[in-house]
Amino acid sequence: MDLWNLNPVALPPEHEDLRGNVRTFLAEEIAMGRITPRCDQWLGGWDPAFSRRLGESGWVGMTFPTKYGGSGKGALARFVVTEELLAAGAPVAAHWIADRQTGPGLLRFGSAEQKEAFLPLIAQGQYYFAAGMSEPDTGSDLASVRTSGRRIDGGWRVSGTKVWTSGAHLAQAMVVLARTEPRSSDRHAGLTQFIIELPDPNVQIRPIRLLTGEHHFNEVVLDDVFVPDTRVLGEPGSGWKQVTSELAMERSGPERILSTFPLLAAATDYLAENSSRIDMARFGAVVARIWALRQMSLAVAGRLEVGAAPAAEAATVKDLGTRFETVVIDTVRLLTELEPDSGSDQEIPRMLAESILHSPGFTLRGGTNEILRGVVARQLGVR
Amino acid sequence: MNDIIAELEAAVGEACAKHGGTDSVSASSTGGWNPRLWAALEQIGVTAISVAEEHGGSGGDISTAVAVLEVLGQHSVGVPLAETALLAGWLLADCGAVLPSGPMTACLAGSDLRLERKDDNLSVHGTVARVPWARCVDHVVVLGAGRVVLLHRDDFRVREGTNLAGEPRDDISIATSVPLVRVHDVTVESGISDRGFRTRAALARAAHIAGAARRALELAVTYAGEREQFGRPIAGFQAVQQHLAAMAGEVLLAKVAVEAAALALDTEDDPDVAVAAAKAVAGQVAGLVSSLAHQVHGAIGFTDEHPLHYSTTRLWAWRDEAGNENYWSTELGRRAVSAGSHGLWPLLVGKRSHSARR
Ligand SMILES: Cc1cc2nc3c(=O)[nH]c(=O)nc-3n(C[C@H](O)[C@H](O)[C@H](O)COP(=O)(O)OP(=O)(O)OC[C@H]3O[C@@H](n4cnc5c(N)ncnc54)[C@H](O)[C@@H]3O)c2cc1C
Repeated sequence: MDLWNLNPVALPPEHEDLRGNVRTFLAEEIAMGRITPRCDQWLGGWDPAFSRRLGESGWVGMTFPTKYGGSGKGALARFVVTEELLAAGAPVAAHWIADRQTGPGLLRFGSAEQKEAFLPLIAQGQYYFAAGMSEPDTGSDLASVRTSGRRIDGGWRVSGTKVWTSGAHLAQAMVVLARTEPRSSDRHAGLTQFIIELPDPNVQIRPIRLLTGEHHFNEVVLDDVFVPDTRVLGEPGSGWKQVTSELAMERSGPERILSTFPLLAAATDYLAENSSRIDMARFGAVVARIWALRQMSLAVAGRLEVGAAPAAEAATVKDLGTRFETVVIDTVRLLTELEPDSGSDQEIPRMLAESILHSPGFTLRGGTNEILRGVVARQLGVR
Repeated sequence: MNDIIAELEAAVGEACAKHGGTDSVSASSTGGWNPRLWAALEQIGVTAISVAEEHGGSGGDISTAVAVLEVLGQHSVGVPLAETALLAGWLLADCGAVLPSGPMTACLAGSDLRLERKDDNLSVHGTVARVPWARCVDHVVVLGAGRVVLLHRDDFRVREGTNLAGEPRDDISIATSVPLVRVHDVTVESGISDRGFRTRAALARAAHIAGAARRALELAVTYAGEREQFGRPIAGFQAVQQHLAAMAGEVLLAKVAVEAAALALDTEDDPDVAVAAAKAVAGQVAGLVSSLAHQVHGAIGFTDEHPLHYSTTRLWAWRDEAGNENYWSTELGRRAVSAGSHGLWPLLVGKRSHSARR
């Protein structure tokens, strides 16, 4: 059972200076009315102007080397910046996927030309990627994708349908996982990742609305899209390995704990005013858990920083963290006894509404909790 | 993790495996303790760990001590190491005293204990409830009324009691007069306070819990791989796998929380939030893990012949010692609410002192 190599991380002092800078910046942004704190802003807060301001400050692409426009500061520095952004409820959706997974994927598997073409723009907070993995018949079983890539002269023709593609309608490119060899006994062989720049005449992007009516997801129909060889990401046929390495980065970050944190913070002022009748222990239990979960997420970032691939540990963070995000909602709801109201001009009813209506996604996106527990069970040797 | 800690963990683990054994654990459940293991731990040099060498300790920081306590919890072994090193040893050393040899325990004087200066002595009268390991130790160190007092064996009488796991939690009655050489005034610089005592005691129990939770998970994983129903190991059923994976998450959470809290005590200006959170979370984890471990084991785990109960009775006992989830959560809740909407996040993230103490 090798699940125990997870130790707490003491952030070096210079990271605390960095934290201070991000905090000051965010306080100014909020004071100037440029951004408004909300819950689940890494899905819902698409604000290219804000992403660009972050890019100018050097806070996007922090794990990229300086020669590709990054700051080369590493996973822990990035952790500090992202947790400050999330805790403040800042709108980070635009650059999120590019910064978190596409960029690192390009760094590891991309060609020199691809790195030069995309990484600096990502780091400037100006270039956004969508992740095209899921399909109508492919959710948890990602290896069953049917979108296909057919080799032609100088490139590929890609056809199929992707769904739940967050931000595809606003992104400048999308990474598409496709089958490029007939299915064999090894289900994970023969998959390839393609970079498809958008818009493209052969790509149709249709909104799929959330139950709130908001438009974040899309259905993306690829009809014989031409992809030149220069836009194959990594080796043809190695798509599975690449995608799973992306997922380790995707699963353990502070975004798996903090989607509803702005609500928790907002509630403290309300609870202070009504402190005579609130259940401090119940509130404190949530505070205790968030403290511990953050330490766990940070510990995984520490492993990533030294080049390890703590997939099962990341899965436990996501399983515990995303279930906790809903516990925050319930705690605030029950202690404040306020009704959720999207139209309210008061913070808590508004944030309650935002977070309740977004909550079904917490334990689905990035792999469902049931699937993640399967990953952990395998690590425990019982699967 | 650094190599010194890894080596110590291995050595302590070996000593526990050799001298811990289920039999001696059973013996401890009738109130005895494990002197052979204590001797082995003395040999390794961990019984006064985290106490500076010039005070008779073996050096090392809280993080190292906590790593050792986790191993002891994992092996369900009963020895007053937390009490000797983290509490009694700390109190004496921070008063500038040198530690006596042998196992010790420590307690806070409540309103049932009166300490009065009389000429060249301190008279100590009254009772303290549920002092861990009191019957097994040579010395009890009492913190109260701005003093640290070293009591000898013959200064107190013991009324034996136990926790759910059968570990000694004895009431002591004290009627004695202590010469002033064994009385130390607590200075402001010493850093000793009732609050500090509670914090250390809580961290020690949380560390024990992290270890015991890990053992409960290991037992459940092993059992699930061996026990067959419907013609295959129960580990093949997804519902059982999900229980095990859920436990693993909780166990990791407790481990990281406890070690992060130890690190906070070693390095931070204000480690109270960290320790309060770690003990509250360890308590949550203790409940979840023990119930899931029993569920996976079916009826056999409910018997005294199966070793699972060595871990789960400890989990149930330790979560209520040194402040339960509600106690520490209330502390945290109050601090969080008074921090306010702008202060909550900084409170959680904490502030490292730029010059770490170690
Ligand atoms: C907010 C949000 C954003 C998303 N963004 C993107 C995106 O940008 N790009 C993208 O490609 N996808 C995206 N997704 C899709 C997401 O990855 C899938 O929803 C997820 O992988 C689950 O697939 P599914 O929805 O088809 O559910 P299914 O796979 O059909 O699962 C339905 C239920 O069955 C359970 N189940 C399925 N198989 C098993 C099994 N083997 N064992 C136990 N239980 C099982 C699942 O846990 C779940 O409870 C997003 C989803 C959400 C909610």
